[in-house]
Amino acid sequence: MQEEIVSKDQLSKIESIIGAFKSVPGALMPLLHEIQNEMGYIPESTYPSISRELNLSVAEVHGVVTFYHHFRTHRPGKHILQICRAESCQSMGCGELETHVKCSLGVDYHETTSDGEISLEPVYCLGNCALSPAVMMDDQIYGRVNVKRIDEIIESVKEKV
Amino acid sequence: MSYTVFVPRDSSALSMGADKTAQTILAEAASRNLDVKVVRNGSRGMYWLEPLVEVVTSEGRVAYGPVLPGDVASLFDNNFLEGGAHALRLGLTEELSWLKKQERLTFARMGVVDPVSIDDYMSHDGFNGLKNALAMSGADIVKQVTDSGLRGRGGAAFPTGIKWKTVMECQSDQKYIVCNADEGDSGTYSDRMIMEGDPFVLIEGMTIAGVAVGATQGYIYLRSEYPHAMETLNQAIKNAYASNWLGRNIQGSGKTFDLEVRLGAGAYVCGEETSLLESLEGKRGLVRFKPPLPAIEGLFGKPTVVNNVISLATIPIVLDKGADYYKDYGMGRSRGTLPIQLAGNIKQCGLVEKAFGITLRELLYDFGGGSATGRPIRAVQVGGPLGAYLPESQFDTPLDYEKFTEIWAVLGHGGIVAFDDTVDMAKMARYAFEFCAIESCGKCTPCRIGSTRGVEVMDKIISGTDSTRNIELVRDLSDTMLNGSLCALGGMTPYPVLSAINHFPEDFGLVKKEQAA
Repeated sequence: MQEEIVSKDQLSKIESIIGAFKSVPGALMPLLHEIQNEMGYIPESTYPSISRELNLSVAEVHGVVTFYHHFRTHRPGKHILQICRAESCQSMGCGELETHVKCSLGVDYHETTSDGEISLEPVYCLGNCALSPAVMMDDQIYGRVNVKRIDEIIESVKEKV
Repeated sequence: MSYTVFVPRDSSALSMGADKTAQTILAEAASRNLDVKVVRNGSRGMYWLEPLVEVVTSEGRVAYGPVLPGDVASLFDNNFLEGGAHALRLGLTEELSWLKKQERLTFARMGVVDPVSIDDYMSHDGFNGLKNALAMSGADIVKQVTDSGLRGRGGAAFPTGIKWKTVMECQSDQKYIVCNADEGDSGTYSDRMIMEGDPFVLIEGMTIAGVAVGATQGYIYLRSEYPHAMETLNQAIKNAYASNWLGRNIQGSGKTFDLEVRLGAGAYVCGEETSLLESLEGKRGLVRFKPPLPAIEGLFGKPTVVNNVISLATIPIVLDKGADYYKDYGMGRSRGTLPIQLAGNIKQCGLVEKAFGITLRELLYDFGGGSATGRPIRAVQVGGPLGAYLPESQFDTPLDYEKFTEIWAVLGHGGIVAFDDTVDMAKMARYAFEFCAIESCGKCTPCRIGSTRGVEVMDKIISGTDSTRNIELVRDLSDTMLNGSLCALGGMTPYPVLSAINHFPEDFGLVKKEQAA
């Protein structure tokens, strides 16, 4: 894995996030969310500051970051496409959808397209089971998605670039 | 003349374009110089009709749906603001048979009110339960909850009143109310609907719990897959603080209750209560050994009530109308109503709140209208990814905790996922193991290793390698997982696996017996 570079600006922002959360009970989870919201992922270079301020070991911080599927350890693509592959969506053909997307984007799950545009992630239920199959592009949720519709969804974010 | 139009803000409605529909209605109204107010309500739960638009008329609210942006101009042309005729006109919302056949107690306000308006909430019986509770002793509140027969709606069905009593009787300088909003089961969305469509009922229920057991701090542990619920909850909490329904000296009662939303991070196992508490404390979501029970040593080692969203959202009506009113619904030891969620391959998916006792067949066909694909429904999974698969011969089972136990199945959180006859049950059994392997917290061996071995053996069965012997191996492995796992993740993964083998042996290369048990 290549070394991720965090700018001085970002580092000071992260320091202030840590400062804001350190006295909150059970601070680590909200703090990691805040860092990921800011950076798009949680750089390993932040572990020492987090562990120092929260009085944890670096291993503990690493353990938490890597335990949860939502937390990313590397910078994702500009957009994140999540395809639900839980039972309800399977019953409505999400399998076909995921095969199609993997082929058309040329990536597998947990990978990013070579142009850095889209990261593909599996998700286990978006709570949209009444309108399966469901996908989420960034924070936008879609229901009753078929192959044609997912192509449109992908195109729509590409156009914004 | 001013008109009020309702367009849901519920995630599922948004997934069908409700935002665009709302914007188009506002733009069309502006271009026609009409004074139209759009209220973003929760969903009525008739998801095949989303975006479902309602207009307020002198006769009541009239529903149109599904309304896409392209339909808006013609709706205006046909005077829909006064309930005019249109191909999409469904009739008076309250008279729609899908809603009329239900018994909506917990979901009484769902889709009716503006979710973040305190005034709306209060004009629809909101905070009546809490007002009563504030005038009662903790023991009396707990007695009402116990007498109502309410059992945990998260899946375990443990009597809520007994849990509360344990926490109430603990001596401690700090106690907590934790709401389990980590609704990870596929096929379930009732928690999400409450949080997006009627969040005050959850806030009220948690506050009543706090008053009852003497807890002053509450946390809602919400899954990160629900960003819209997060937004609505936070707005509702802010509004509740602003009008003194949260915080210090609530409505002059001298009682304090603070509430905060905390986000999970995509770990299914954090729906297990002890794993959830670990996560809230900022740790990896590893399951804890029990005892001690969370009621005695829970969050940060303090006595803690951990309840599901629906359990807590049902508390206000119990305290408002009384234990007997609630208890009158239901059958056997399953009292009250269950918000059932129809999902997957069903034509009319949505939220059906009914008293316990309704059968699967009524739900699948009378409410659901059969499969979405038009093919026969072959299998139904009830209770999420750890629930058993049921064949058609069991569709007449009434929804009741004990009746489901008798057929080695669970009701869980009330999610029902239907599959048509194209489903391959061996693949579904493999998926159950695969999901367990992905989500296992890793603390106990049967779950951590067993799930991976399960996937491997299922692969052999699917490829037709020595099926009979390998199925014996799956049964043996399932026995170990059932009896040796620390929590329900490993302990119940055998439910979907074994029920698939038992009811659909032909998909596993076995001969179907005349009467599969």
